[in-house]
Amino acid sequence: MAVPLVVDPPVLRESGQREVFCGLTSIVWLHRRMPDAFFLVVGSRTCAHLIQSAAGVMIFAEPRFGTAILGERDLAGLADANAELDRLVAQLLQRRPEIRTLFLVGSCPSEVIKLDLAKAAERLNQQHHGRVQVLNYSGSGIETTFTQGEDGALQALVPLLPATDQDQLLIVGTLADAVEDRLVGLFQRMGIGRVVSLPPRRSTDLPAVGPGTRVLLAQPFLSGTARALVDRGAQLISAPYPLGVEGSRAWMAAAADAFGIAAAQVAQVLDPLVERGLQALAPHRELLTGKRLFLLPDSQLEIPLARFLSRECGMELVEVGTPYLDRQLMASELELLPPGTSLSEGQHLENQLDRVRAARPDLVVCGMGLANPLEAEGIATKWSIELVFSPIHGCDQAADLAELFSRPLRRHSLLQFN
Amino acid sequence: MELTLWTYEGPPHVGALRVATSMEGVHLVLHAPQGDTYADLLFTMIERRDRRPPVTYTTFQARDLGGDTAELVKRAIADAAARFQPEALLVGESCTAELIQDQPGALAAGMDLGGIPVVSLELPAYSKKENWGAAETFYQLVRGLLKGQVPEPSSPRPDPGQWREQGRRPRVNLLGPTLLGFRCRDDVAEISRLLDGYGIEVAVVAPLTARSSDLLRIPNADANVCLYPEVAATACSWLERQFGMPVVRTVPIGIGATTAFLREIHEVLQLPLPPQLQPGPQGAAALERQSRLPWYSRSVDSTYLTGKRVFIFGDATHAIAAARIASGELGFQVVGLGSYSRELAREVRAAARDLGLEALITDDYLAVEAAMAEAAPELVLGTQMERHSAKRLGIPCAVISAPLHVQDVPARYSPVMGWEGASVLFDSWVHPLMMGLEEHLIGMFRHDFEFVDGHRSHLGDSPPATSAGSAEAPVVAAESPLPGLSWSPDGEAELAKIPFFVRGKVRRNTETYARQHGLCQIDTEALYAAKAHYSR
Repeated sequence: MAVPLVVDPPVLRESGQREVFCGLTSIVWLHRRMPDAFFLVVGSRTCAHLIQSAAGVMIFAEPRFGTAILGERDLAGLADANAELDRLVAQLLQRRPEIRTLFLVGSCPSEVIKLDLAKAAERLNQQHHGRVQVLNYSGSGIETTFTQGEDGALQALVPLLPATDQDQLLIVGTLADAVEDRLVGLFQRMGIGRVVSLPPRRSTDLPAVGPGTRVLLAQPFLSGTARALVDRGAQLISAPYPLGVEGSRAWMAAAADAFGIAAAQVAQVLDPLVERGLQALAPHRELLTGKRLFLLPDSQLEIPLARFLSRECGMELVEVGTPYLDRQLMASELELLPPGTSLSEGQHLENQLDRVRAARPDLVVCGMGLANPLEAEGIATKWSIELVFSPIHGCDQAADLAELFSRPLRRHSLLQFN
Repeated sequence: MELTLWTYEGPPHVGALRVATSMEGVHLVLHAPQGDTYADLLFTMIERRDRRPPVTYTTFQARDLGGDTAELVKRAIADAAARFQPEALLVGESCTAELIQDQPGALAAGMDLGGIPVVSLELPAYSKKENWGAAETFYQLVRGLLKGQVPEPSSPRPDPGQWREQGRRPRVNLLGPTLLGFRCRDDVAEISRLLDGYGIEVAVVAPLTARSSDLLRIPNADANVCLYPEVAATACSWLERQFGMPVVRTVPIGIGATTAFLREIHEVLQLPLPPQLQPGPQGAAALERQSRLPWYSRSVDSTYLTGKRVFIFGDATHAIAAARIASGELGFQVVGLGSYSRELAREVRAAARDLGLEALITDDYLAVEAAMAEAAPELVLGTQMERHSAKRLGIPCAVISAPLHVQDVPARYSPVMGWEGASVLFDSWVHPLMMGLEEHLIGMFRHDFEFVDGHRSHLGDSPPATSAGSAEAPVVAAESPLPGLSWSPDGEAELAKIPFFVRGKVRRNTETYARQHGLCQIDTEALYAAKAHYSR
């Protein structure tokens, strides 16, 4: 059998200041997905301030996440810290009786002082047995970047999944509920009978996993979860991610293929979607074609986005930054990138901004800390955080996804003050 | 360990960031893990800053911890010094770096940075908070830059009236304004203009817009104005002790406080008190012409503000000022007063005691919300947190203090200090309430179905669920009188005198009243009887 020759694109690896959120940020969308779960960060005032600032506004009466802020006394003695954590969790559970799953989320300070949250979770599970399940993972900045927090949370759930031999498709990664319903409906129309999701909509409603399970990643930042599911006997489907018409079609077709569904059947379901999706995309493509795009590393969605925006919207890729490059999970995406695409991994912020200024791209995808400063230099920007809060997956959302990028350009051409 | 859901203040290094970002030509190297860079968005998003904060983060990761993080710090310091060429370099660490004890300040001190002054910051993240961090950073920066100028303890204290002999105008510094502080940008402009009107020059404004070279000029002024005690009190006290610089401590928010501020500054600078600042009716009348608040507050429309129940929570400076203005200058009744500024808790407690209240000193927003619900106010003056709580409780709210959001950094000029500030406060606190005339009409026609109890046309939403439907079921008559009921000519004539926009409602109310009281004809007397009935 001929081995396909894959030429890895050259990657610029840099280290220096990284301008990214830490994994705690993913709590902002995870807690909405599982309304019966509570995320308790064990950390510092910085952690609490980060989540509140990243979430933008303090809109909830009592959010289903909080921070157990370490004080000087906790640092002085870990025994005290554990006793304090127990006290605080008991108090929290008394106040929030509807909570079924409690995630203890490790932070930079808790990692550095080596507060063992796995042990704490075990202990708390005994204390609150039958009432709530207590899990732990790390969302610390020293170990995780932004979206990687979701990987940690889902990985913590994997050992709890019941075993099954049943043939089923397991979609992994948080999707907007409406998008998920739509995709599940499409899979069923193609002939995949059983479709389940991780994370589930209720934290206690966990999908089963086993040798009959085919795992389809909806998000590209779930390396650890994918590995853990494979360890449980599941098979990982290799596919591009469901961003854009082409990516979404390939993603769904790969799943159908894993179930041996005939190509004609797949085409019958997906072709009308593709046709409609491309029509909806057309006005955005017209605006975006030939425009030069620079993606700063942030959400880990940069490579799939670059693929979508270059292949389906005609944008030119100046540089595609990614916080880290998982070649296995990105294999299908990398194949689709135009040859010679400039990839960079990690970050040296100052050097990278020098490259942005030198290249004068038409649009930069970046975090909120950088957007206004770049706008002030006359460079249009798109906040990457919007990409993890908006329903952007699937053929039906492709135009909405493109609109997120065409709007800043449209606005730039709209405004005039003389 | 303390459970926190939302927090009023960030960690102390965010205070350091506020000071560094407020200034020009200063750079901060912060030893901090990846993720702590979120703080940049506070400035670029909430303050809409068009520049990145002048901060370099070391963004160390777990894999660096096994190696030499100190080397990483030194590289970050050297790179920042070379790239940004700052006039002064601040070096500090966030909560996690504090635990690994690399001593970035000491590392920086040992480096050759081409003579850039380095100020090392100790920011105990596990016991202190944002405002403390801002105060400490400003103090350390002032102290670090001025330590070479500190006079001998035996040398005589400068005479604050020396400007006279030196043949110049008296000068003061305005200390404490920062980014992410409440309306600092416009307060500085307002107070500078106010002082200029009395021949007093503003020498240095800091931290906001100051360069380190400006801080070196601080001792050239005759006095310091501690405009924002949360940030400037520590530095002002040090300057008072070391340089003998008197401090003006009255914060000029509100008419009374602005007047007191001007009197204090005249006294400190040994300036004769101009007639309009003399106590007494004439001085008061002159001063009140400077701001619209006093007349607006006395005008008849404001009668409806009398005794409005108001709940106040914020940083100490703005909460205390709000309580004083609300009770004394607007005639509200303060039913709750509190602050998250533990450093200034004593002052808040004293202010509360003066109003017969017990101050709420807490940083638990749920405790504040509970106190708010308990006090049942008609208006909340608070931070962005209280705005959300008040919204949930269906109570109008105006924001008076940090923590703030993008809407609290308005495009228009809107100080809260000085004369114009008082006018701004009148508008911002009164507009969330119902207008006086509107409230009067609603009182008169409260039985009409359009005006169910809890009607809040000024809030643009439906009444809160708790009060909707609690009014007595309104009896609505048909447009034309029922058989057996008619208007007499004089009744019709009287009705015609009523302004058209309420005439229909008066007609319906009066007819309802007439039917309920078994009248066959509505004359002038019946109309007034109905009016008396409905305005009870």
